[in-house]
Amino acid sequence: MGAMSPAADSVAGRTSAPALDRTARGPRHPALVRVTHWLLALSFLALLVTGLEILLSHPRFYWGETGNVNMRPLFKLPVPSSRDTVPTGYGYVLPDQNGWSRYLHFEAAWFAVLTGLVYFAFGLFQGHFWRNLVPTAADLSAKRLAKTVANHLRFRRPGEEEAWSYNVVQRLTYLLVVFVLFPLIVWTGLALSPTVEGAFPAAVAVLGGRQSARTLHFFVTILLVLFVLVHIFMVYRAGFRKRVGAMITGRASQSQEKA
Amino acid sequence: MSGISRRKLITTGLATAAGASGLAVAGKLAARYGLIPPDSGVLYGAGETLTYAAQRVLTRHSMAREFSRAEISKEPFANEVAPLGAEFQRLQQGSFAEWRLVVDGMVARPRSFSVAEIKSYPRRSQITFVACEEGWSYIAEWIGTPLSHILDAAGALPQVRYIVYRSFQPDWWESIDMSDALHPQTFVAYGMNGGDLPIGFGGPLRLRVPRQLGYKSVKYITRLTATDDLKHFGKGLGSASPEGGYAWYAGI
Repeated sequence: MGAMSPAADSVAGRTSAPALDRTARGPRHPALVRVTHWLLALSFLALLVTGLEILLSHPRFYWGETGNVNMRPLFKLPVPSSRDTVPTGYGYVLPDQNGWSRYLHFEAAWFAVLTGLVYFAFGLFQGHFWRNLVPTAADLSAKRLAKTVANHLRFRRPGEEEAWSYNVVQRLTYLLVVFVLFPLIVWTGLALSPTVEGAFPAAVAVLGGRQSARTLHFFVTILLVLFVLVHIFMVYRAGFRKRVGAMITGRASQSQEKA
Repeated sequence: MSGISRRKLITTGLATAAGASGLAVAGKLAARYGLIPPDSGVLYGAGETLTYAAQRVLTRHSMAREFSRAEISKEPFANEVAPLGAEFQRLQQGSFAEWRLVVDGMVARPRSFSVAEIKSYPRRSQITFVACEEGWSYIAEWIGTPLSHILDAAGALPQVRYIVYRSFQPDWWESIDMSDALHPQTFVAYGMNGGDLPIGFGGPLRLRVPRQLGYKSVKYITRLTATDDLKHFGKGLGSASPEGGYAWYAGI
């Protein structure tokens, strides 16, 4: 694997830089991708922690327009609550953290959305999406797909060419996160704003109603958390210091992946 | 220092200066158009200001979503309030005939209104949801008279920018900007689902602000104060909510 050309993934002619001349090659990750990656990681952490705090004030989920403790929930989480009005079965009530959690949740959401917009613009206009995320036709062949998936399932360490280019499973996963999960988490979150619901009622109605939007917001959060966990695990498998280093400095190491 | 890095330094410096002055101009403009919330100076005030400004610019005249009669919640819910005390009980026993809503501040004719007087004003109803910041919600029909009608009756002055409103419960007071105060769906509500407004839901009088979360719809309102500046109310953050760590604007 280590001897394979780094350009192996650019069969269809989509290659970012002169593949063989390493000195002429740009950074592994463009500076804008590196900066937005860490800003989004930071916002995600803030959104997750504050989101969980807000959730604790009513750890029950409903489907439809309305839901409250007088109504049957779709499901409830087996956790204590920060409000004494919620029957949880626990004999105690957690401290109320909603105030600062809500403030920080929305501030971090602005941060994430604005950073995301910069990333989107860069991805579209600088060719990042097309060059680095959209899989090549060869990548999407059944054989290639099966092999990449099998490599993942066997937890096989990636070869050197993958230090320079995303494999097809990575590409599809990142596309899913960027074009499906991220827009969905923003949409379901905005759907919880009474003012936004007033201005764009259809955006809430098509989700099934206000409480459905809240439940979907939770489900999409779970998918994003799963993504982050697998992502971190994969980075660890591929060589944590090297890969994290590449996302910070832009420099990918050449043949020390096994180190 | 090489020429390139000097040039870089100059461009970066210019860009920073342009950015900073751009921000300063944006801040001035935002303040002039009433896009800065009174709690913009708190720890997370930047995000709060963005939310308030964005929602005011994009949705200033939007209506709260209304529902059909069939969608009214059969099982509404209201958070319990602290005991209202002997004086409230006395007023309740008198069917709230002695309840008064005082309107003062920047109005031409400061005065008070009885519940019966308010009921004699144009009667409006809306079927809207109450959503608590905790996450739960219900839909109900709200009956009342638009707050704008009460403000007209007292002769609110043109320079008024906020309405501060107080509850019978002394530690619950709020304020809204004129976009919400003059909004046709902002009611002084006295009825719910065809009947009187139950005490648990804020009777005899509750301010309904349907474009914001439930905590802006203060129960048991006793006083409205028209003002052009919130600095002199409480700690100057606009309402009791920011003093307790919650955002003044609850449109999200």
